[in-house]
Amino acid sequence: MSKEKFIKLVSQAVPLPIENIDTDQIIPARFLKATTREGFGDNLFRDWRYDSDNQPIAGFALNDSRYSGKILVAGKNFGCGSSREHAAWAIHDYGFKVVVSSFFADIFKNNALNNAVLPLVVSDAFLKELLDTLQANPSTEVIVDLENQTISFNNKKESFDINAYKKTCLINGYDDIDYLLSLNKEIKEYDLAHS
Amino acid sequence: MSVERPKTIFEKIWDKHVVKRSEGYPDAVFIDRHFIHEVTSPQAFDGLRKRGIGVFNVNRTSATADHNVPTKDQHLPIKEALSRHQVETLRKNCAEFGVELYDLGHPFQGIVHIIGPELGLTLPGMTIVCGDSHTSTHGAFGNIAFGIGTSEVEQVLATQCILQYKPKTMRIEVNGTLGKGVVSKDIILYIISKISASGATGYFVEYAGDAITRLSMEARMTICNMSIEMGARGGLIAPDETTFNYIKGRKFAPQGRAFDSAVEEWKKLKTDDDAVYDVVLKFDAADIGPMITYGTNPGMGMKVTDRIPTVEELKEINEQVSFKKSLDYMGLEPGSAILGKPVDYVFIGSCTNARIEDLRTVASMVKGKKKAAGVEVWVVPGSKQVQEQAKKEGLDKIFEEAGFELREPGCSACLGMNEDKIPAGKYCISTSNRNFEGRQGPKSRTFLASPLSAAAAAITGKVTDVRDLSY
Repeated sequence: MSKEKFIKLVSQAVPLPIENIDTDQIIPARFLKATTREGFGDNLFRDWRYDSDNQPIAGFALNDSRYSGKILVAGKNFGCGSSREHAAWAIHDYGFKVVVSSFFADIFKNNALNNAVLPLVVSDAFLKELLDTLQANPSTEVIVDLENQTISFNNKKESFDINAYKKTCLINGYDDIDYLLSLNKEIKEYDLAHS
Repeated sequence: MSVERPKTIFEKIWDKHVVKRSEGYPDAVFIDRHFIHEVTSPQAFDGLRKRGIGVFNVNRTSATADHNVPTKDQHLPIKEALSRHQVETLRKNCAEFGVELYDLGHPFQGIVHIIGPELGLTLPGMTIVCGDSHTSTHGAFGNIAFGIGTSEVEQVLATQCILQYKPKTMRIEVNGTLGKGVVSKDIILYIISKISASGATGYFVEYAGDAITRLSMEARMTICNMSIEMGARGGLIAPDETTFNYIKGRKFAPQGRAFDSAVEEWKKLKTDDDAVYDVVLKFDAADIGPMITYGTNPGMGMKVTDRIPTVEELKEINEQVSFKKSLDYMGLEPGSAILGKPVDYVFIGSCTNARIEDLRTVASMVKGKKKAAGVEVWVVPGSKQVQEQAKKEGLDKIFEEAGFELREPGCSACLGMNEDKIPAGKYCISTSNRNFEGRQGPKSRTFLASPLSAAAAAITGKVTDVRDLSY
């Protein structure tokens, strides 16, 4: 099935300089009761964003009017914990297209890629500089060029890795099932031989 | 004739399951067993409907309801509308697509990672996935088991395959003798505290060493269960006689001669002598003590007799910021001890520690004793079968006399999704797997520990060194 395509993005970014942000913070379990993929953005970072009376918590980046944009920049080991794809859905539904960190948990990385969200790995030094810059100057523009695999802001630029298959999927809006369905005959043979 | 290079058990199982390996693509890996539950499957079934396709092989798919279910009065309709809708959606999907469902009230219902092994659906040499990160539990039987997202659940339902890059391999050896009061939960909390919550990200772990191979299957499952808490894709233990004895006679396991020939195959599932791992770590069992976590990720753990690190003891500034935020959430001071800290709740349950052996351990500690005043204690069996077995052995009486509440099976207070939540600001010593902010309910505070340590805290009302109690 065709998903949205992604080539290049120029946007402001939202800094979240916290390490080990787990998927329970991204979307707490009590919001996983929906049976569709839509609407999770309202509860993205729910318990950091709103207090127990549902009032926005001042000082949290998503409530800070200085910050906006389609890029989220977070501390290392982003997306650890539960495999809930709802975390990727919430990030996507809120409007983020890219999450930048120096390290991602494996399952989150796959979930993000399966939902047209690019988990972009940068060096620790680049991440620190980007976070500091965004906090000092929230209107800083960040450029993510998927085609050429670079991320840049001001006069800083870094290349990033993404495997060729996933890159092709993102750029063309393909998903894994399209490819696996094309292997139907081989899979059936394997299943028969191993049952 | 080319001589095959030595392989790890992980590589042997993985390579055997690759249906297609193409240049530029991840491996298409065949999945022998797919477990599904109510929370991460509805959108996947919707995807099948949109594509107009069915489930590839319903015989390889099993379903249960566990995350969202109440643990009281399961014979009544679920009160909470959204939870009820999600469980009903699972029922409808399983009926429409022909998938076997162990629903509420069914004698096989329970936490998905408890019922698979219990029913003999989990076997050595398999590839197993589930839309739940604790799928790593099944690796205790010597198989490749890992958690996946809902898009991947859809892939597996549609094609019985998953597209994955082969992870790197890590061997974690634990040798020597465990001290008094130290159980398998302490081993894994100790390992995670040493290598951090991201120390094994990108790797598939094999646990080995005599301190591991001496463990029961239940204890091995606890260790493999928490592999994901150090970021690992999964964790496995090579199968041996302990494994085969556990499987023998289980409902869906091979029976009779088929079992004997299966065992012959399973015995080959061993890492070759000269096989190379990307990383090898070794730990001494004698260094491990009863463990407890003090922070908001499972890597923030220590021996119960230790003190929390000071801010200055952490090297990196970024780490210090996250550390302070974490301790602030927990209401704890850097550099302080945790022993003797009062607790409000004790939760004994979850896919980590809700098997019959865990309940027996708890019962052995509390028999003839009473819980401390003001502490609420929930014992939530991992499955209907565990619940029945506990009753058969009279454990329910022991819990009742101690003032513990024995509930019905489900994920319960492990994840703050169903009715069982720890109130804001309260401290819970928990046998579950995650101490994340709000994991057990908004603003709840979690100390992860073994069933033995949790039982001890239930009796004393505070964080306790189990070695100070008689049991």
